[in-house]
Amino acid sequence: MSKPLDGATLLKVDHVTVRFGGLTAVDDVSFEVHEGDLLGLIGPNGAGKTTMMRSIIGVVQPTEGSVSLDGESLNGLPVHKRIQRGMSLSQQLVKPLRDISIAENVAMAAASDKTISPLRALLNVSTDKELAIAQNELARVGIASMAAQSPGIQPLGVLKRLELARALALKPRLLLLDEPLAGLNSQEAHALATTIAEINKQGLTIVLIEHNLGEVMRICHRLVVLDNGKKIGDGDPRTVMTDPIVRAAYLGGDTVSAAVVHSDMENQHA
Amino acid sequence: MNYEISLLTTMAIAVTFALSLNLITGFCGQISLGHATFQGVGAYAAAMLGQAGWPFLATLPVSMILAGLLGAIVGLASLRVRADFLAITTMGVGFLFVGIVRQQDALGGELGISSIPDHGLGRVGFMVLALIVCAAVAALSVYIKRSWMGRVFNGIAEDEDTMRVLGIDVPRYKLAAFAMGTALAGLSGAFYAYHLNFIGAESFGFVESITVLSMVVFGGIGSVPGVIIAAALLSVLPAWFQVIGDYKLLVYGGLLFLMMRFSPGGMTGLVNRFARPKTSAQGNQS
Repeated sequence: MSKPLDGATLLKVDHVTVRFGGLTAVDDVSFEVHEGDLLGLIGPNGAGKTTMMRSIIGVVQPTEGSVSLDGESLNGLPVHKRIQRGMSLSQQLVKPLRDISIAENVAMAAASDKTISPLRALLNVSTDKELAIAQNELARVGIASMAAQSPGIQPLGVLKRLELARALALKPRLLLLDEPLAGLNSQEAHALATTIAEINKQGLTIVLIEHNLGEVMRICHRLVVLDNGKKIGDGDPRTVMTDPIVRAAYLGGDTVSAAVVHSDMENQHA
Repeated sequence: MNYEISLLTTMAIAVTFALSLNLITGFCGQISLGHATFQGVGAYAAAMLGQAGWPFLATLPVSMILAGLLGAIVGLASLRVRADFLAITTMGVGFLFVGIVRQQDALGGELGISSIPDHGLGRVGFMVLALIVCAAVAALSVYIKRSWMGRVFNGIAEDEDTMRVLGIDVPRYKLAAFAMGTALAGLSGAFYAYHLNFIGAESFGFVESITVLSMVVFGGIGSVPGVIIAAALLSVLPAWFQVIGDYKLLVYGGLLFLMMRFSPGGMTGLVNRFARPKTSAQGNQS
């Protein structure tokens, strides 16, 4: 079932430690993401998953260690430079721009070649090309019919898809998803997880943080498990989940085996 | 007739000045509490170059460049830090400007610079030129709003962090807005100096910065027509009602407070609210 990991290394997280004052949020974590991977980054609340993701995207700078994309170190680069190098992030808290339509929100991401410098942005007025891309990406995530509407009145299910479409419109090589299924009911979560798996099959490398273990087990090729900031598991999902250390640390053994068997497990937040 | 010409010129200069702040505060969401400083830099540059024998038109680009340069320096020092840092820095720069100018005899000191030479355009010619510049700045504002720059500014004003995740170099855009806005303030300053034939440090102090900010807020942050109308009205009110001139800070400060409290969208927001009753802020699809 899981794809062999024959792709080249796209993202390399090398002995990353993140400390906030006295608190060590991420403790000497290393892993690699290969071309074409769909990697699940999981762990209990407070395990350091989001901090790990933030140090990959550059919101947080690691105290020690390095993150590199395609062999080039990203250390010290601000967020927008990392995005321009081919990463994009779909955030856990969905924050659309509320003054503009759903399509225009996606178009903003699609315009990255026009908005790379203020001067170029000043000299470009047309939105045709970007709105066409936006329409495409919205169709890809299944909300093309809402394109003209305002994001302010949409249910969370639509906003989560908007966030994903916006991240896709940046044309990333590596897509980082921070709890895209959180807050959705099991049906919506199942549908969005299927969409994510399809996008991965079309060739996009994805790192997924998610609490919905059922969906994670269903779509991910590989898991990295964090607990208390340390990596405690890395490999094929079923093998990782049968590891006693992972089972002890993560949710307790019973829940994990139940999730492995019933991959349609309800969302943890519900 | 002379009175009307002078009034129209005053209005044109004030509208240009307010539109220059609108680029920064209205479009890009950056609060400046010292915008009058940059008008002052332009005014002093034009006045001193004029006294040195430069023709009026030649002083205009220099005023713009000097004000824009100072703007870029202030911007570089403060825009990379937290959002509200700019408000504090610009206020400080404003006090610094007044303090320095008053101490420097070379800049006229307490007495200011008087006997600024004539612009040689005639009263009507000067008014027409001020109106043309004002219209050009308005047209530029409308164009920027329609361009990708305007869209990015709008996004930054709403949510910087989201724009960063969309790959936008947020500090650079803020700096661009600040440099453009301060350069245009410098331009309005050159007209101001030649219009009044006299300038003093107090003409570009904190009160003036608050006045122009209240024009932008009163008109409706970001709305070009709103800001034009507000600046035109508020710039002539002190000439019509002596009271307003005497209690400027009270009137404009009060206006600023009332608008922020009851209609953050300014007059434009009020008009929209009454024109489209019962429609939520989201607007109607159809």
